[in-house]
Amino acid sequence: MEKRVTFKGWVLPLLLIAPQAIISAVFFFYPAGQAVWQSLFIPDPFGLSKQFVGLENFQYLLSDPYYRASFVTTAIFSGLVTLCSMVPALFLAVLADRLIKGAGTYRTLLIWPYAVAPAVAGVLWLFMFNTRVGVVSWYLGQLGYDWNHVLNDGEAMGLVVIASSWGRISYNFLFFFAALQAVPKSIIEAAAIDGAHFWRRFFTIVLPLLSPTTFFLLVVNVVYSFFETFGVIHTITGGGPQQATTILVYKVFSDGFVGQDLGSSSAQSVILLLVVGALTVLQFKVLEKRVHY
Amino acid sequence: MAREVHGMVEKRGAGLWLTHLIMIAGVLVIFFPIWLAFVASTVTQAEIIRPPMPVWPGDQFLTNYRNALVSGVNVPVATMLLNSLIMAVGIAVGKIVISLLSAFAIVYFRFPARTLFFWLIFITLMLPVEVRIVPTYEVVAGFGMLNSYSGLILPLIASATATFLFRQFFLTIPDELAEAARVDGAGPMRFFWDIVVPMSRTNVAALFVILFIYGWNQYLWPLLITTDPEMNTIVMGIKQMFPSGDDFAHWPTIMATSILAMIPPVIVVVSMQKLFVRGLVDSEK
Repeated sequence: MEKRVTFKGWVLPLLLIAPQAIISAVFFFYPAGQAVWQSLFIPDPFGLSKQFVGLENFQYLLSDPYYRASFVTTAIFSGLVTLCSMVPALFLAVLADRLIKGAGTYRTLLIWPYAVAPAVAGVLWLFMFNTRVGVVSWYLGQLGYDWNHVLNDGEAMGLVVIASSWGRISYNFLFFFAALQAVPKSIIEAAAIDGAHFWRRFFTIVLPLLSPTTFFLLVVNVVYSFFETFGVIHTITGGGPQQATTILVYKVFSDGFVGQDLGSSSAQSVILLLVVGALTVLQFKVLEKRVHY
Repeated sequence: MAREVHGMVEKRGAGLWLTHLIMIAGVLVIFFPIWLAFVASTVTQAEIIRPPMPVWPGDQFLTNYRNALVSGVNVPVATMLLNSLIMAVGIAVGKIVISLLSAFAIVYFRFPARTLFFWLIFITLMLPVEVRIVPTYEVVAGFGMLNSYSGLILPLIASATATFLFRQFFLTIPDELAEAARVDGAGPMRFFWDIVVPMSRTNVAALFVILFIYGWNQYLWPLLITTDPEMNTIVMGIKQMFPSGDDFAHWPTIMATSILAMIPPVIVVVSMQKLFVRGLVDSEK
């Protein structure tokens, strides 16, 4: 779509676009280019010179068991976060949608956690499950279950999944609730007259109508769990125990800043870039569908 | 009419009460972590390190919050709050300003390399800073912007979501308005200030809410570039309050800080709920 009516001149528009162009060039394109460039080199141990190695960093990464493990960890983590944040949100949205009165109040209360930063959410959940003072871990102990996410891989993963999903429930709830409100009541009514009870109506009519929203949320939540959950993992587990919760973004950080392995970290950035690129394309495809829908 | 239809489809009586009951249970479960943090911020350290901690608030509210705000652990929490505020407002305002200008240029002018600029900006869409942290860090360090507000703000406004939003909106402004402005002999900037900016008010406000929260809740970037505690933001500063050794963390201070860290974004979200929901839906479209 283009404007028919435009203004003349080309100096002014270039001046107008300059701030964004310069900031993008300096803080986006140059660093992204650097990441690609550095991924082709291995610096010597003193950082004085570097040697061109072509795709060796990538070859090394893809054969590195730790990196492969991190891929698997990321897949499990983001699958669980997506599931644990979408299912409760849909359930609550369906219930709220049934209410004529009070739905707005519940919405106001339920959006709170969205405003809580992932890193703060991490601290709150860490506090509840802390091995020495945590309330939940204490009660679990009374029940005879010895909670220790510092040593146990599965418990560590469970805790970062819950902490990451928590705030996301609010976000998904808002979208599901809006989508449910948009479902034409006449369709529901017709089904009700035909004698379909509530949950049958839900699975045969409402859920298919929600599929554009569901698919959209699926992509957005996967992207969220890939990147924005860094704060949760850094505050709760620091990637441990033994890398059990080291997702890809965390590994870029720990190899690049803690391990100072710039070649490998850059190569990882490039791989992540490709992953995000693919997800973005997927998202645009979804949005295209949404427009046609 | 709508009500009658509702009446036909909705359950009444026991079913309705059950629905309310489950909703309330859901809200309570979701609120529990926040409640517990609040309780922990009002009791003494001694009450926390002998579990189980109390479930109702104690009488240490003023002591703990004053202690956190004035002295904190590494740096007073008041300083971190100020840093967060500057960063969040800086990101929101900065991104809105540069996006308004560039979207205006792209929509209302035909100039050389316009399509190229458009696609370059398009590429920056959705590529988070997390992916390019090491080289971005080097750029910021090279400019001597570590431990500075510009270092905190500038790299995070290099993304095009807002530009796209404004572009979409500008395309819906009737051509007659620009035509009339041209006939009246008003220059493009006059048209921008008198027509385009006022018409974009709601979009700007909705976007401000979203960007404020985005900026306030940043974690990784401030963690990397603020080595000086005086420049820490509150969200990243909380983690720095934990002792590195085996000592007990001072939970009442940490939890008071957590509560303080969530108050501004919660106020923004709850008080501007309509704008927030609109901004959310817009910026994801």
